Amino acid sequence: MPYWSPLALLALVLGVVITHLAVPSTRGWMWMVAGGLGMLALVALIYLGLVWAPPEAFMSDVGRILYVHVPYIWMCMLAFTINVGCAIAYLMKKSWRTDALAEASAEVGVLFGAGGVLMGSIWARPTWGVWWDWDPRLIATTVMLLSYVGYLAFRSFTEDPERRATWSAAVSILGYVSLPIVWFSVRWWNSLHQVQSTTQTLDSAMRIVMWWGTVTMLFFLFVFIVKRYEIARSRQSSALELPPEAARQEVAA
Amino acid sequence: MPDTPALELRDISKRFGARWAISRLSYRLPPGRSLLLTGHNGSGKTTLLRMISTATFPTHGNIELFGRETRAHRAELRPQVALLSHANFLYEDLTASQNLALAARLMGLDGVGPRVKELLERVGLSARAHNPVRQFSAGMRKRVAIARLLLKAPKLALLDEPFGELDPAGIAQMEGLIRELQAQGATVVLATHLIDQGLSLTQERLHLEQGRQEVPK
Amino acid sequence: MKPAGLLRGAWLVLKKDWQLEWRTRARLTATVFFSLSTLLLFSFAMGPNINVLREHAPGYLWLGILFASVLSLGESFRVESENQSLTGLLLAPVDARSIFLGKVLGNASLLFGLALVLLPVTVALYDVDLSRNPAALLLALALGCLGISAPGTVYSAMSSNARARDVMLPLLLFPVLVPMLLAAVSATKFALSKDVQEQLPSWLKLLTAFDLIYLSVGFLVFPRVVEDD
Repeated sequence: MPYWSPLALLALVLGVVITHLAVPSTRGWMWMVAGGLGMLALVALIYLGLVWAPPEAFMSDVGRILYVHVPYIWMCMLAFTINVGCAIAYLMKKSWRTDALAEASAEVGVLFGAGGVLMGSIWARPTWGVWWDWDPRLIATTVMLLSYVGYLAFRSFTEDPERRATWSAAVSILGYVSLPIVWFSVRWWNSLHQVQSTTQTLDSAMRIVMWWGTVTMLFFLFVFIVKRYEIARSRQSSALELPPEAARQEVAA
Repeated sequence: MPDTPALELRDISKRFGARWAISRLSYRLPPGRSLLLTGHNGSGKTTLLRMISTATFPTHGNIELFGRETRAHRAELRPQVALLSHANFLYEDLTASQNLALAARLMGLDGVGPRVKELLERVGLSARAHNPVRQFSAGMRKRVAIARLLLKAPKLALLDEPFGELDPAGIAQMEGLIRELQAQGATVVLATHLIDQGLSLTQERLHLEQGRQEVPK
Repeated sequence: MKPAGLLRGAWLVLKKDWQLEWRTRARLTATVFFSLSTLLLFSFAMGPNINVLREHAPGYLWLGILFASVLSLGESFRVESENQSLTGLLLAPVDARSIFLGKVLGNASLLFGLALVLLPVTVALYDVDLSRNPAALLLALALGCLGISAPGTVYSAMSSNARARDVMLPLLLFPVLVPMLLAAVSATKFALSKDVQEQLPSWLKLLTAFDLIYLSVGFLVFPRVVEDD
């Protein structure tokens, strides 16, 4: 398995995403391409992760869950970063597309995040002996996840669409800003209490599989966000796109 | 600029959820003229007045006051515009005097003490100046709101059903007040169901039905 | 007429909120008693071991303040929505940022006052020693209350109208306050007991950083929240 294969896969993903964005006519089916490729990559990942990669020295076979857990967390963070980017963009220039993308990325992010934290917990039990720990990454991810669950709840409780878009952008920014602070404060607390952070030393084969897993999940992140974005857009049009002229015609008819 | 209209609505629309409260409304109020705004409840009068006051902004289109667009110039325009509406902007647990003093200080006026006293006398509330607004009747609250408007001495006065909750003496006093504002050079936009009073106080009329301008029947 | 500037506007809003709190001080008293009960409940829930209670006292104190903050933050904007007074302020005119500053300082000062009232209670219930480093203790309390107030003011402005408002404010606020709680409890702990590694200054710095970040972000974002743009 050549060391550059995850890079080749990454090139594929980027190609798909860029084509989708740059060439509007492909948007109807590009997600299917991505989904198909993703499935193939996933099958490969299952083989690579369960069979090809050597068992990790310290964690043995349990460590294999990391090949999915770590990519999930990466996708979660990427999705949330897209969300906060949309929040800032929306506050600078109002656009229903930006709001739809914000909604989609938040939901998909929570999905991946919840999965990631769950898997992390499953991994932690046999490894550390506990379901939970004071790890900065764990705490920071959980706080972010809670913030975004709050974000989604807030969106569902705010009825006026314009207000929902503006206010949830504010919630998103306030929540995201906490990430570096949480990370730093927990890490500092641990250093004071001489808690060793669990650094995994991965050999090159395992590293390849980790990267392959991350890129595989990128396909799925793309598909989920695209589809959820479409749902958000169609909900918007059914609630909003009624111009005054059409209303007049309806009344006259 | 003598030709700049006091108020110009350029194809404005305002949406609440799925409903358009104002649809594609355009209107121009020449300088020096006062406007009567009529229409049933729910026709969009209050929404329109709120937009003109810069409390809110149109979903589409622009509103210009004295030649300046509301969204971009709200900081400049707000000192010159005053809104008297159903919501009286008062703090229930502060006294009438404290509410007015707060407003005066926020507006940057001097001689707050004497000014507030004089205005309370003017609206007939001197005796109750130091009672919390919570204890006031609807009519009394309205009078505090009127005093607040007078404090501001606005160039554009927006009055949403100012005669509501007033007795005949109060109505006469309100009419006098409106004429006084006009004498001071203010433009008045008056929304009311009392058509006769309204017509006698204004020179132009805008009638709304379901958020659109219609010819009154 | 030259309307009040940024700082003067903030001061007027702050003074107004203090006046309102004073006039409805029955409600203030109720909030204080609510916090007292919370602290009492903690001591019952944790059991009678005074050493355990003493060690965790900073945690109980801050949780007590946090729960009370949900009540007081909510109230701060309920007052503004009664007669659309918030709109009245904006139209007066008052810069939305002045309102933010005034409200944050008002909420923070209220929580700080509450914290001061709770201190003797913690001495009684948890046997803490207040005399070790009172200056640092007060600083930690002040910075912590400001830290709750800065994001709290933005969130309560959004929660006063939402459905399920009672649960929305804590749901939004608590995750964001995790680092602040950690820093405040640590700083308080080292102000009340031995600070072998001299951690106190660093925790205070972390609290200050948290406050500055949320004050700045709040300052930028609050106008978009309260203006009906």
